[in-house]
Amino acid sequence: MPNFPQTRKQLRAAAIGGLLAAGLFAGTATASETPKPPESLAALEFAPGLSHHTLDNGLQIVVIPDRRAPVVTHMIWYKAGSADELPGQSGIAHFLEHLMFKGTENNPDGAFSKTVAEIGGQENAFTSLDFTAYFQRVSKEHLPTMMEMEADRMQNLVLNDEVVAPERDVVLEERRQRVDSSPSSRLHEMMNAITFVNHPYGSPVIGWESEIEALGREEAFAFYDRFYTPNNAILVVAGDIDAEQVVALAEQTYGQVPRRAEPGTRVRPAEPPLQGVRRAELEDPRVRQESLSMIWIVPSSATGDPGTAEALDVVSYALGGSTNSALYKALVLDQKLAINAGSYYQSSALNDGRFGVYATPRPGVSLETLEAAIETVLAEFLDTGISAETLARAQRNMIADAVYAQDSQTTLARIFGSALTTGSTIEDVKTWPQRIMAVSEGDVLDAANTYLGPTKVIGYLRMPSDTTGDAAASSPSATSDERT
Amino acid sequence: MRHFSPMKLSRFFSIALTTGFLGLVFPAHAVEIQRVVSPGGIEAWLVEDDTVPIIAMNFAFEGGTAQDPDGKEGVTQFMTAMLDEGAGELDSIAYKTRLEDLAIGISFSADRDHVYGSLRTLTTTRDEAFDMLALAVNSPRFDAEPLDRVRAQMVSNVRREEQEPDAVAGKVFMDAMFGDHPYAKPSGGTLETLGSMSGEDLETQKTRVFATGTLTVGVVGAIDAQTLAPLLDKVFTDLPAEPDLAVIADVDPNAGAQVHVTLDTPQTTVLFGLPGLKRDDPDYQAAFVMNHILGGGSFTSWLYEEVREKRGLTYGVYSYLAPYEHTGMLSGSASTRADRAGETVAVILDQIQRMASEGPTEDELASAKRFLTGSYGLRFDTSAKIARQLVALKIAGLGIDYFDRRNAEIEAVTLADVQRAAKRLLEGQQPTIVSVGPVDPKTMVQ
Repeated sequence: MPNFPQTRKQLRAAAIGGLLAAGLFAGTATASETPKPPESLAALEFAPGLSHHTLDNGLQIVVIPDRRAPVVTHMIWYKAGSADELPGQSGIAHFLEHLMFKGTENNPDGAFSKTVAEIGGQENAFTSLDFTAYFQRVSKEHLPTMMEMEADRMQNLVLNDEVVAPERDVVLEERRQRVDSSPSSRLHEMMNAITFVNHPYGSPVIGWESEIEALGREEAFAFYDRFYTPNNAILVVAGDIDAEQVVALAEQTYGQVPRRAEPGTRVRPAEPPLQGVRRAELEDPRVRQESLSMIWIVPSSATGDPGTAEALDVVSYALGGSTNSALYKALVLDQKLAINAGSYYQSSALNDGRFGVYATPRPGVSLETLEAAIETVLAEFLDTGISAETLARAQRNMIADAVYAQDSQTTLARIFGSALTTGSTIEDVKTWPQRIMAVSEGDVLDAANTYLGPTKVIGYLRMPSDTTGDAAASSPSATSDERT
Repeated sequence: MRHFSPMKLSRFFSIALTTGFLGLVFPAHAVEIQRVVSPGGIEAWLVEDDTVPIIAMNFAFEGGTAQDPDGKEGVTQFMTAMLDEGAGELDSIAYKTRLEDLAIGISFSADRDHVYGSLRTLTTTRDEAFDMLALAVNSPRFDAEPLDRVRAQMVSNVRREEQEPDAVAGKVFMDAMFGDHPYAKPSGGTLETLGSMSGEDLETQKTRVFATGTLTVGVVGAIDAQTLAPLLDKVFTDLPAEPDLAVIADVDPNAGAQVHVTLDTPQTTVLFGLPGLKRDDPDYQAAFVMNHILGGGSFTSWLYEEVREKRGLTYGVYSYLAPYEHTGMLSGSASTRADRAGETVAVILDQIQRMASEGPTEDELASAKRFLTGSYGLRFDTSAKIARQLVALKIAGLGIDYFDRRNAEIEAVTLADVQRAAKRLLEGQQPTIVSVGPVDPKTMVQ
């Protein structure tokens, strides 16, 4: 799926890049008379139980112990996403993800999925700009079987036209369901395309419809043979298991897969520094609530100078991350121009990241009025920055989110898998809280002024000009015949 | 992603999800449920776990959106949206700022039969968190400013949903299945009812529903029974003992209706439904296993195989049992290519008939049982999930030992049981079918 986070919650979940300090605040748990999260985070070790290994064939392994239930989450991540596709073949990374469920010589006709179902497991897969990942959640005794079957489909995929053709139809339906059916998704797709005009991040992960239609077995195998190899993959196992056991099992399974390719450095066409404002506008008769969004290209965790991504995390929180944020206060509470407003920062990307601002106007408020009000908030933010109190509140909440994230082994596995496939290291993830705590008011002001300037993309989602807001005239019409 | 989570597609059937969770067994050795009764008589089920320094509490009151009075549709959801918008001495901004300063999460929601609440806190802010929850539960302010703002958000939602195929289909479906029964009330309100709703209306609804007599509480995390008990009293003991609820009649959903709504969308959304079972029906587990084979949430169901894998007609197709307090449904959905929507409906109906007449094989039954029992604990691996399960378990009246019993109940389902449940639910039945899209599937030549 196009795995680009859309909501603030998802983005913050992604941002907490792995703050898994089990027992982070345990030492103060009983000191309820001084109930604030401690400020002295610099000394804390995060993810103390995590371990990291590499097999001879280049496969990286991350093990995250979680003993609370006798289950494991088994994930394999490939450093291959839609931004690694050849020109004209948008959607092949995602199409291959679907086809990977069809079978191998050893496990034909979807035998892997049948096995997962038989043992009461859950499975799925997802594709993003920079990675493709497959996972199963199973009782821990079934981990060896999962590793054996996942290692098998790393090299032995079998495809014929009988399964490829209907699956392409499924993907086209997926695109219609996720994108074409939703005016706001169509606007976002268009905004992406004009945000990145040269870099492949401008193409949708699911692909352009005409290009999906032209994809087949041959293109799928070409992508598979280029990228699906142990030296381009990361195994993440979280749950009720020892690292030694995981490594031993990995030796017997993934360790038997030869290096199938040398994908080399992931070099993509660079995005030229275009100047000025670019605009996208989508008017659709099905729009009943207008909205506005802005996107800036900014550094990601991988491409930013030390401290930049962390400062942008705080900018996002202070600008639009809560009901106390600058945008929400001004637009929703004080000026009553909007029913909602916020911001997000997409920090996990191998190349550029994205910073976004969005707002939904109240009835009778034009998008132009709303845009002007946002510009005023931005100008003030760039001028005055944030208070010490706001900085402290942002830091506290971001650290607390990290503690809450530890409640889920799957969340932890995803945090490390996405970091390692987008140019970050385990150390980067583990030290994220300390780096957030090190952000100063000056860092926030600098980052905002450096990156949230006038060069941006603005999108309007509009109702047709003859829609007065009285929807009755264009309401859908129902025809009913009972008991036919 | 290879396919949607069924949860996403079944937002109109939240009860089904609740029961779905219950349909998975919890490993007895990994959890111990303590029954905690506070000095003030509030009962909670507690699972203690110190691994992560957080506490998750979920609770529910009887009386959901079906309790919205005529002309006040939407009042329950409006009320739940306002509980964290100012309480006690704190106005909306002050209340939300304090939650944010303490990094505490408090939220409320409602389905047709219940109002739900949840609290999550770090252990370091435990006492403050229960204080803040007590304020929201006992003395919400319903001030004019947040009232106006939340009303605008709800009105915006209603208008947006007028053109969203899933939302349009869900609303038409509930109308077709339940007619004049309160289950068909628009949970989110209408432009008219929301426009006229006052703070007093919300206060009245809150007073009708929030009562200790119908309260259910589940707690998971780094807290022991002794610490929890007085905190329960702080939040709940000042509520009235008994609620003031309207009597909701039991109802049989309508089968056989066919409704098409023309909407200019690139796909056609299809919903289908039949009378199902309430959770306390003796055939419930047999029907649950039967539905898993027909259209349950794995990559191996009949509907998945026939509609998606063989024909590529859809990205997702599911069916589920949806038990309510006063009725039960077997429902399902698919979003399908518009030009072949008629074929999609025909294939779905064929599979329903095949289940009624042939039923599954012994092998299929054995596979389904292995999946359902083997999923052991997968839905119980986070504090937040376990807290939700505890509440769902208690609401369904299944008993504190259900997690231990449940696998045996699934194992005991025989082929004859599944065939009986299939005949009872599916034989000779014409499902209600709702479609939303550019062309009425009924007009298509097969």
